[in-house]
Amino acid sequence: MTITESEPTTPEQEGSDAETPLAGQLHKLPRRDAVLRMSEVRAAEMANEPIVGENDQTMLVNMGPAHPSTHGVLRLMLEMDGETVRRSKPIVGYLHTGMEKTGENLTYLQGPTNVTRMDYASPLFTEMAFALSVEKLIGLEIPERATWIRMLMCEMNRISSHLLFMATNGMDLGAVSMMIYGWREREEVLRFFEAVTGLRMNHNYIRPGGVAADLPDGWRDSVLRLMEMLPPRLEEYDILMTGQPIWRDRLQGVGTLTSDEALALSVTGPVLRSTGVAWDLRRDEPYLAYDQVDFDVVVGTYGDAFDRYAIRLAEIRESIRIVGQILEKMPKGDYRAGDAKVTPPPRARIDESMEALIHHFKIFTEGFKVPEGEAYAAVESPRGELGVYIVSDGSSKPYRMHVRGPSFTNLQVLPHMMADGLLADAVASISSVDPIMGEVDR
Amino acid sequence: MSEDTAPQEDTEPQQELGPYGCPESEALGERTIHPNREQWLETAQGLLDDGWTMCFDLTAVDYLTYAPSRNLPAGVNEERFEVVAGFISHSSGTRLRAKAQVPASDTSIGSLTSIYPGVDYLEREVFDMFGITFEGHPDMSRILMPETWEGHPLRKDYAVGGIPVQFKGPQGG
Repeated sequence: MTITESEPTTPEQEGSDAETPLAGQLHKLPRRDAVLRMSEVRAAEMANEPIVGENDQTMLVNMGPAHPSTHGVLRLMLEMDGETVRRSKPIVGYLHTGMEKTGENLTYLQGPTNVTRMDYASPLFTEMAFALSVEKLIGLEIPERATWIRMLMCEMNRISSHLLFMATNGMDLGAVSMMIYGWREREEVLRFFEAVTGLRMNHNYIRPGGVAADLPDGWRDSVLRLMEMLPPRLEEYDILMTGQPIWRDRLQGVGTLTSDEALALSVTGPVLRSTGVAWDLRRDEPYLAYDQVDFDVVVGTYGDAFDRYAIRLAEIRESIRIVGQILEKMPKGDYRAGDAKVTPPPRARIDESMEALIHHFKIFTEGFKVPEGEAYAAVESPRGELGVYIVSDGSSKPYRMHVRGPSFTNLQVLPHMMADGLLADAVASISSVDPIMGEVDR
Repeated sequence: MSEDTAPQEDTEPQQELGPYGCPESEALGERTIHPNREQWLETAQGLLDDGWTMCFDLTAVDYLTYAPSRNLPAGVNEERFEVVAGFISHSSGTRLRAKAQVPASDTSIGSLTSIYPGVDYLEREVFDMFGITFEGHPDMSRILMPETWEGHPLRKDYAVGGIPVQFKGPQGG
């Protein structure tokens, strides 16, 4: 903890004051001064500086990276005036492992093993954006069944990810029972994932060309069991939290954001929708077969933490609705493309054919070549627009693989949300953005 | 889309300039405009005025070791770095990509932060990973790597690296 005098305004702010009207969209950000522009080194130095003067002092408080409410390893530098947050700076990078660089050294078939580790709460979405981008470059059509399996898995993943949000959001705000309930329900969904993909997380299930394996026997019953179990549990959440005065007081009007701010700050997903902007890639840029299912895009009115909570709860219900339709419409057929260039031969063929064995070996060691070019494919992840931009030089590895992560850009709203609010409300704001640091830092 | 050719263009006769005064291309259904570095800010302002509500992505590519020919439209001089920005228009539901060439000798370009404030972190990431400076950015500092880090990891001449592992022989052998 360091006591410090207020920093003078940054040159950028002075510059923008000088020229009227403000350039671009800065005028849409009334709280832009709340973004603290101070390096970590400078902040550390200030700890050793003597305290000058008595009045007009603010305190620089470091929150995280190991604070329980910072969702992993987010660190916040907060300039406090008593209990009130004035300016703040999110500091990220603690989980950075150079996954984009790693991606350049993995074949397209190995790629999903890498990207699935980014957003560990919704791994299937990153896999899918990657697969869609590669398929766009190749011009590969995937079988209908693969499309619907992908949709099923992604909607289940959206449910598990939002349940995780329910749990952590509850925990951050003191509703500890909710934490247990959220984890409990999520575990049931993860059990389904384990049955289908073999793993609870980091599935490497959605691959360029389709999915890794067909749905196992009895998958329909498992899904139906979940669909039966979840709605009454969501009702319980409503009783426990939605209608409860303490919960509402804690969230309503906290961390508000306007739609202008959200759009200017490149915010996507539930955070954008909470401000009233009805933008959901599933509806507005339909990928897979989302144009064949019926669902509502849930939007908020006030752009506060309560809206973001309510939207995610409602989105679980919408996902259940979508899954119900997927169960009805799931077509028969192959679960991966028949293109021998991309798809390894069926397991049974390897035992009887030398060519199939060589083919299998070559596709897993050398990978397949992807035509030159560049492609961007985006999906609506539980946190917002998740896009993968791939530049291919015609070899079997991406020349450049960039992931546009929703948590990374969404984090930029934190200083705006927390400005002039209480420190306790800052916790509610961070939680309501639902950042997954693995995807922020990559 | 207007098809007016550039008035004083002499090298490439069939070059077509789009509405933003720069060459355009389209591949895989994705429309790309290619402003040069000097036009970068002006183009972004034009995009904003035209209803491109959000700059959802900004990144860079280092073409140092790219073997095939670059396939850029006529009138664009290829350089080592390319800054790539993605724009979306929520009203029409369309996307647009803008790419600017940045030479290795002078790795700087104007910052879009005042026009599209959401690129703040993205520009810092590009600076961190590629060493491209965005002029006018309020806080041009590293974001993912430590402040004291040397080098820019996503450059193609930056080695992947590795930690030497010493394997031990069997115990007592």
